[in-house]
Amino acid sequence: MREILVLAEHRKGVLRDITWEMLSLGKELAEKMEAQLTTVLPGYEVKSLADELSTQADLVLLVEDERLQNFSSMAYQQVLSTLITTRKPIITLIGHTACGIDLAPGLAAALGMPLATDCLSLTLTEKELTAVRQIYGGKVNAEVACSCEKGCIATIRAGVVSPWGEETRKGKVEVIQSPSLEGISRQRFIEYVEAAIGGVDITQADIIVAIGRGIQDKENIPLAEELAKALGGTLACSRPIVDKKWLPKAHQVGTSGKTVRPKAYIALGISGAFQHIVGMKDSGVIIAVNKDPRAPIFEVADYGIVCDLFDFMPVLKEKAKELLQRR
Amino acid sequence: MDIIVCVKKVPDTREAELIITKDGKDIEKGELVCDINEWDRYAVEEAIRLKEELGGSVTAVAVTPDEDEDLLRKCLAMGADRAIMVKDESFRGSDAHVIATALHHIIKDLPFDLVFTGVQAEDDGYAQVGGILAGFLKVPHATLVTQIEVLERKVQVHRELEEALMEVVELDMPAVCTIQTGINEPRYVSIMGIRKAAKKEMKTLNTSDLGLTEEELGDSASKVKIKGLSLPPSGKGAEILKGSTGEIATKVASILKSKGVLA
Repeated sequence: MREILVLAEHRKGVLRDITWEMLSLGKELAEKMEAQLTTVLPGYEVKSLADELSTQADLVLLVEDERLQNFSSMAYQQVLSTLITTRKPIITLIGHTACGIDLAPGLAAALGMPLATDCLSLTLTEKELTAVRQIYGGKVNAEVACSCEKGCIATIRAGVVSPWGEETRKGKVEVIQSPSLEGISRQRFIEYVEAAIGGVDITQADIIVAIGRGIQDKENIPLAEELAKALGGTLACSRPIVDKKWLPKAHQVGTSGKTVRPKAYIALGISGAFQHIVGMKDSGVIIAVNKDPRAPIFEVADYGIVCDLFDFMPVLKEKAKELLQRR
Repeated sequence: MDIIVCVKKVPDTREAELIITKDGKDIEKGELVCDINEWDRYAVEEAIRLKEELGGSVTAVAVTPDEDEDLLRKCLAMGADRAIMVKDESFRGSDAHVIATALHHIIKDLPFDLVFTGVQAEDDGYAQVGGILAGFLKVPHATLVTQIEVLERKVQVHRELEEALMEVVELDMPAVCTIQTGINEPRYVSIMGIRKAAKKEMKTLNTSDLGLTEEELGDSASKVKIKGLSLPPSGKGAEILKGSTGEIATKVASILKSKGVLA
């Protein structure tokens, strides 16, 4: 039986959303290719997760070992390469997440298989995998292709495919013996650490004024801060601002920061890298100010303003003050 | 502590209007300013900091189809001790597998404790080279690294996970780390600094020096090939507000009010 293989991703005893997204994508591919949808679950004492997965896969391969309790790219690589070598799936789907980024390249190298990373959508034929990805910071779409005749691997961007939500399958759970996991002790999981979050909680704000690279200089941050204050809002930012240490991590919106859903989100000089957009796309209304009319932020914004944010900020601030005084 | 850091030059496309080339497989780069890939800049800085703290050497390595001497001069000016550039036209259109193969050929004969790459490149964003390279070198690796502490023959690193969570991982050395932005504050390099570094050792090799065969190079060796590029439509989702700044601000205020804020 032909097979589509999906790696189930979980952390701290919970299946991550990307798993359901990949199963949804895997279901489509499996139907088209008349293949079985199989998911592999490496872990330790995760039988309940296997049962959950069986509602959306034909087969769950449960690989339990104490050494698989936390993610380790070396251990996972051995589990997957053993399974892929014996089962020969047409394609293996892995999340383009902190886990998948650590795992997929080494796995592909070990198997000598083509790997398409950070894919938004996939099309599969007998011979070829075609994937759509974004390049140049989301400003260009690229269609890439690789052979799938001897198998291939794709990592899928989180938050792009909608999960099915309901039960689609009544799959079997099969317990698989873990491979020897030799040599994995050269890489050791120690612990999880929460990034230092203190002071502000941007997830509670009704209105967020968020700044990006366009703010240009640390000296300019008070201008945005004053605007946020005038609007009764909270100041947030995209990754480059935290990288430059201009604002603490607690202010960061996006994949590695916080996910926010304020009533209004005003993005100032944020180009709209995907990692930022995932963290704010469900805001009530999104207003983006950017000099570049092709900035990807305008794809997700409800309203766009193409101008210099330094012209715009003081005018909006005065307008807000005026309105609030009139109350 | 001998550290090898792999670097790439990329065009700055942030505020540029991009045009796709006639063959549909790349963008026109003529007008664009090229510089060191953002992630690589942090990787170079991290390597130099570790060397300054612990001694040893930093070697910057680039595999490129273009004349990227300036890229490596910049790394030398930042504090790298030597640089190696492998230039070959056939690297144009190479996928991560081919680049990692070439890097492997350079690095396998050099002594090293750590190899750094950026997490990904600003242009193609595959995030693959470091992981593949570690596989070829048969050493442990960690990606998305935001902190490194060197211990006795091992390193303890922080990896950035999702939702403000980190994971602490230990790797025996030698090891490969892919470096995330924000791990440090990269130093500024002046023109003077670049001039001063001109005397540092820079080796330019070609692919035959590395013993790479044609089958291992370029588009034909790449397992993943670009079929075509397209530009997403401009401002698809957003309604673009027009008028004077004052008029726009008034519109924004009324939008905010209608959403129940600023009311």
